Amino acid sequence: MTRRLLLLLPLAGFLVLSLFLYQGLSLNPFHRDSALMARDFPAFDLATLEDPERRVDRSLLATGELTLVNVWGEWCPECKREMPQLLDLSDRGIRMVGISWKDTREKGLGFLEEFGNPFEVNIFDPDNELGFELGVFGAPETFLVDREGIIRYHHTGYISPGDVREHILPEVEKWQ
Amino acid sequence: MQILMIPEIGHFALVIALLFAVTQSVLPLVGASLRRPLLMAYARPMAAGQLLFVAIAYACLTASYMLDDFSVLNVANNSNSMLPWYYKFSAVWGNHEGSVLLWSLMLAGWGYFAARYSRELPRDVVARVVSVLGMVCVGFLLFILVTSNPFERILPNVPQDGADLNPLLQDIGLILHPPALYMGYVGFSVVFAFAIAALLGGRLDAAWARWARPWTNLAWAFLTVGIALGSWWAYYELGWGGWWFWDPVENASLLPWLTGTALMHSLAVTEKRGSFKSWTLLLAISTFSLSLLGTFLVRSGVLTSVHAFANDPSRGFFILVLLGITVGLSLLIFALRAPRVSHTVSFNWLSRDALLLINNIMLVIITVTVLMGTVYPLLLDALDLGKISVGPPYFNALFVPLTVIMCIFMGLGPVARWKQTDVRMLVKRLWLAGAAALVIGMIMPFIFGQEWNAWVAIGLVTAMWIVFPMLRDLYDKTRHAPTRLAGLKKVSLAYWGMQLGHLGVAVTIVGVAVVSNYNIERNVRMGPGDSVQVAGYTFTMTELTSRQGPNFLADRAVIEVQRDGSRRSFTMNPEKRLYIARGMPMTQVALRPGFFRDLYVAMGEDLGDNSWAMRVQYKPFVRWLWLGGLLMAAGGVLAVTDRRYRRLATSRDPEAAAPAGKPQEATA
Repeated sequence: MTRRLLLLLPLAGFLVLSLFLYQGLSLNPFHRDSALMARDFPAFDLATLEDPERRVDRSLLATGELTLVNVWGEWCPECKREMPQLLDLSDRGIRMVGISWKDTREKGLGFLEEFGNPFEVNIFDPDNELGFELGVFGAPETFLVDREGIIRYHHTGYISPGDVREHILPEVEKWQ
Repeated sequence: MQILMIPEIGHFALVIALLFAVTQSVLPLVGASLRRPLLMAYARPMAAGQLLFVAIAYACLTASYMLDDFSVLNVANNSNSMLPWYYKFSAVWGNHEGSVLLWSLMLAGWGYFAARYSRELPRDVVARVVSVLGMVCVGFLLFILVTSNPFERILPNVPQDGADLNPLLQDIGLILHPPALYMGYVGFSVVFAFAIAALLGGRLDAAWARWARPWTNLAWAFLTVGIALGSWWAYYELGWGGWWFWDPVENASLLPWLTGTALMHSLAVTEKRGSFKSWTLLLAISTFSLSLLGTFLVRSGVLTSVHAFANDPSRGFFILVLLGITVGLSLLIFALRAPRVSHTVSFNWLSRDALLLINNIMLVIITVTVLMGTVYPLLLDALDLGKISVGPPYFNALFVPLTVIMCIFMGLGPVARWKQTDVRMLVKRLWLAGAAALVIGMIMPFIFGQEWNAWVAIGLVTAMWIVFPMLRDLYDKTRHAPTRLAGLKKVSLAYWGMQLGHLGVAVTIVGVAVVSNYNIERNVRMGPGDSVQVAGYTFTMTELTSRQGPNFLADRAVIEVQRDGSRRSFTMNPEKRLYIARGMPMTQVALRPGFFRDLYVAMGEDLGDNSWAMRVQYKPFVRWLWLGGLLMAAGGVLAVTDRRYRRLATSRDPEAAAPAGKPQEATA
């Protein structure tokens, strides 16, 4: 009888382990690890893409209006693919701010001309200053910033039409 | 027009392969329990059909990559028209969907060969084995079709160009490392199927063990090479000079390797002595289960890792269900049926049997240690006890001493006899080897010209304690032959395989001990004209240039290296690359490899004013790490070529093989 129980031990161990693994599935490490969540949007002082003379800083994002901040670059094919979705979001009345990342002014403006411009304004960040503060590791990335300028949601990579419906819009509603 | 249909053909082929797999898993098993030869005979053709159609699907995906068909989502996300053709070819398995397809292809392949080279086994055993393999295939094909379709299209807005392959993966390492690793993981499915078949059939004899051993050795050899390649790749590609990070995914590959190693040794006892049967079965089940667990950990996103694929909870859930069914059912069958096959054979506490048992227990303890460290963050998080990650200190503190203890027994194992060993004989044969290992190991660290280090000494003593007794044993084995050469020729290939495998372990231990403790690293700011001295070498930056690659731009430093007291010098060219399509920066390390040391130069950050943060490293004996891995794998393969297995592999004609099979059954 004790031998029987001994033989059942591996099964019991495995069942306990799978319970934990099941629990683990609902804990997404990407959500856990986003260090900027619920923090202030980092401070910066950069020119805009549209007008080199115009400097913008954090006050751009604490205007009492919810803002989606999208990091993009002319060199990034995924950014081109997600432009229709971004234009759609802007048509829905959501305020959009772009960060033209690691690009030249000329190429960035050309990109907006070709693929449309959903952004109220674009922050020009050719040297990854703001990108570094935000912890951006690849374009595109999108941050949802609430009325007080606090980061509430972070989307890494391409935003598909499905992502708009399932993630972006619900989050916008939640923090409105 | 037909070219455009390639992805659909591939998708359809996968569906057909699934149907083959379902038939393969049901009919032979039913046939085996009803004793109906006709149903059992379905096993081989179904396995062949399944392999054919999975191969067609795989070829279709590869074709989509080679032809730059960016209407396929998978290709658009992971390839680019500028990518060289060989990276397009290997990009197929550089992503989640494609790599699962490769998994399935290999699974079908192993299944087919297991079915094909099993003619001398009893029909019902073959039927059960092939059927179990079929079930595993069903699981994976369903996984692909339901959650991870690699042939998904993006229509009608087909992108102009692909997003490019992750630059980290654009390397010879990617071409070699995943296939070798998967071959190992998947290869253990064969011995797993054998274990389940033995439990279902209630029969486990020496013939069974002899048959399972080559498959186990081969899978283990692949896994060993895969792990070694992964470590080598991380070493030169990530730019930190580390070779093992105790990353969850690395651990996921180490776990089945550890139990697989235990399994090889346990199988030896089962074949020679007819004992350890429950152990062998449990290890066979555990090894494949841990391979599946590794898959779960990588693809479900429950743990953060540099290897993680795109996360999708639905995939994770599917694999967990798959894991639950496969492992849960197997362990249940094990608990219910193991008493039927087990068989007690007595042995003395000083015997090869006992030493192999200790080896198994040690390996299992190490496995549990690594497993606990890997899932510990998950346990804490699930129990809401906070977020902690268990780092290298935990693993090193436990893994290193446990390994040393195991190696003490490893030195004794090959010299000891089965069943019972005379203590005086053992002492007489080993005192010299032990004393030599101790003295040489203690003195050697002085010769390196650096300060004496206890860990290096322990490492060297351990390594020599493994090697010297084997040499002594070889000496004793050939003593009675007319000439030494004749004696050496009579030694079996399986024995040489064992020797080589153990030598590999010793070589790896030397590499680990020396490079971990005598590694020298300098982080310096360098501009043209600056120089730095590291371990007797002078590194001078002569110029900073830039160049353009096929799909990247690079800053490049030219470093002139001169050894002190030598006139000759050579240049090293580290680079910092920017991959255009993804805008991703990458460090391209400059390496000067050598048998006794590597020189390693990597570019860090651009510090402005024409200078860079440079990382210069001197890594003694680092090559030995991977050399040891290759020796181990070679040992595993060499053992497979032993005469007593070769007869099995060459007898393809069932009639011719039958007489050979009969007596074995009779003796069982």
